[in-house]
Amino acid sequence: MSEQNEEKKTARPNNSRVITRLLASVMLMFAFGFALVPLYEKFCEITGFNGRTSNTAAQTIDGMQVDQSRIVTVEFHTRVSRGIPWEFTPEVRSIRIHPGEVKVVNFYVENRTNKNVVAQALPSVSPGEASLYLNKTECFCFEQQPLAAGERAVMPMQFYLDPDLPDHITRFTLSYMMYDLTDQVRVTASRAE
Amino acid sequence: MSTITDTHSAPAAHDDHDHHDHKPTGIKRWLFTTNHKDIGTMYLWFSFAMFLLGGSMALMIRAELFQPGMQIIDPHFFNQMTTMHGVIMVFGAVMPAFVGLANWMIPMMIGAPDMALPRMNNWSFWILPFAFLILLSTFFMPGGAPAFGWTFYAPLSTTYSTDSTALFVFAMHIMGMSSIMGAINVIVTIMNMRAPGMNYMKMPLFVWTWFITAFLLIAVMPVLAGVVTMVLTDKYFGTSFFDAAGGGDPVLFQHLFWFFGHPEVYIMILPSFGIVSAIIPAFARKPLFGYASMVYATSAIAGLSFLVWAHHMFTTGMPTFASLFFMYMTMLIAVPTGVKIFNWVTTMWRGAMTFETPMLFSIAFVVLFTIGGLSGVMLAITPVDYQYHDTYFVVAHFHYVLVSGAVFSILAAAYYWLPKWSGVMYDDFLSKMHFWCSLISVNILFFPMHFVGLAGMPRRIPDYALQFADINAIVSVGGFLFGFSQLIFLAVVVKCALKKGEPAPAKPWEGAEGLEWTVPSPAPYHTFDVPPKV
Repeated sequence: MSEQNEEKKTARPNNSRVITRLLASVMLMFAFGFALVPLYEKFCEITGFNGRTSNTAAQTIDGMQVDQSRIVTVEFHTRVSRGIPWEFTPEVRSIRIHPGEVKVVNFYVENRTNKNVVAQALPSVSPGEASLYLNKTECFCFEQQPLAAGERAVMPMQFYLDPDLPDHITRFTLSYMMYDLTDQVRVTASRAE
Repeated sequence: MSTITDTHSAPAAHDDHDHHDHKPTGIKRWLFTTNHKDIGTMYLWFSFAMFLLGGSMALMIRAELFQPGMQIIDPHFFNQMTTMHGVIMVFGAVMPAFVGLANWMIPMMIGAPDMALPRMNNWSFWILPFAFLILLSTFFMPGGAPAFGWTFYAPLSTTYSTDSTALFVFAMHIMGMSSIMGAINVIVTIMNMRAPGMNYMKMPLFVWTWFITAFLLIAVMPVLAGVVTMVLTDKYFGTSFFDAAGGGDPVLFQHLFWFFGHPEVYIMILPSFGIVSAIIPAFARKPLFGYASMVYATSAIAGLSFLVWAHHMFTTGMPTFASLFFMYMTMLIAVPTGVKIFNWVTTMWRGAMTFETPMLFSIAFVVLFTIGGLSGVMLAITPVDYQYHDTYFVVAHFHYVLVSGAVFSILAAAYYWLPKWSGVMYDDFLSKMHFWCSLISVNILFFPMHFVGLAGMPRRIPDYALQFADINAIVSVGGFLFGFSQLIFLAVVVKCALKKGEPAPAKPWEGAEGLEWTVPSPAPYHTFDVPPKV
């Protein structure tokens, strides 16, 4: 009997130690789930995994060599998210460009509704790897686009391809999705007041 | 031998327990019980009820798909059926069935008097019915139950879902808590309550596989809790984890979900491996071939399960290097799984085999699970996955591993241990009927799905092209046959529960090994108050 009691004595603290560790692991894994969100973002930023391009303007490098030996086809694709009846098109469907060469492509937008809206275009590049070498020096996608009812606008996008672009990328697609941010903008504006 | 002394001492121990066995009677016994056997029984009955409920939803799906065109249910209700069928079968049927088996068998297999944390055990069971009550109540909401698939991909579950999503999320949280508590209980029990002499490498494989499963649960259920929380805040509190307009990424949802989801499929199959590893040696009358390699293979599968999640997402436009990584990792899992299949077959090789019902289900498990495994290897090949993705081929694959895999192993376990639980032998004729009806109908049900899948029939769609009509009709017939075959099992279990049958000896199977056979049948309310010597 005494032997059993001793066993029980040692078993108790043992239990609580294991339980504490397991509960700590549970909390840790719960936190890890949330930590994966910024980790994923960082990972995508480094590898271009999700094809998102930088949100800030790149600088043109003086004396950048234009690689005349290569031609890359860049295709443009535009969409508007559900519920905003805008017309949103690029001036050309695709262009052929040398790495290092600076080009401007215009996008046309028309608000076909009878109310003022604020929208923003989000870029996405496929294959994602190419997004690392796409440098935009000027882009409408960097800021929100307020557009009055019936208004038309021309939105320029100036970019170049990094000459370090890997040889196997000869063609990629740059897609813009236009989102309606009117409600969010109104919320932040009323908060600011 | 220790076995002999135990069989003598156990009834004696039983007798003197009957006097201070003051368990409450009626409903209170079940509400307040902390006894691992009572809780195990409740888990098993609950999971069987959920199995029949989820199964009837599958029959709704199959009834609609019997003919092309829309006949019985509208597409939105069809989506609710596919969603709820998946959620109920995964979280309500298969997982609680394994927890029930763990509750019943782990303490008896390692010579412990009960689970380490009996009160928590009671709680982890009793929150489950409420989780499913919440989930099922969504059928009565405007817009009905969740209809975004059991995988609840964003933005289907965030932007395009009804308010039932909130209840879905709470139900998932409760199921997750229940699983985590169950897992903690299993780990503490195995680490601290083994009988003297029962070292880790002497533990039965069912205990080993559950030990590893419990760690998987601890690792991934919190991630699932996090994902459903993100869906909730995206939908109701203005966050943008998965909303591209707010800077989030819908593909991130899939990464997070499958980081949980892939280990989850091993949570649903590793305990099966343990069950089959107990049953095959018993009826082949040979010790299990390669015990240590089974333990290592199980651990290897568990470890690899964290490195393969993106094979569910090949068509999301991943870079080639990532596709290749996940493809090779996935194929690597076939190696430890192959070790297991080899060991089971080698255990049977030149064994003195008899074909009682548990053995029949186990052999069917080995064969049919291997078919499901091989279609899994096919799906792992990135370029061909572009064709198979989201077709009935995938449906065929995961039903082979989950129905003729996990569910068959649970049925095998039920037949193997029913004499121990109830004290009477099951009805042999009915059980054989159940086996043959299930075996034939499960193949009529799932095998032709491979063909319509390869021909391009998409899953989760209530209508289909005319050329798939014949095969779908056959599949639906198989589905109804399989569904109603399970009622034979219900009859068998009810007969045992009512003690109608021949009384079972302590060890009804000649070749069975393990401490659970050293206590009388039915197992007394308290077993191993004095730890057995191993």
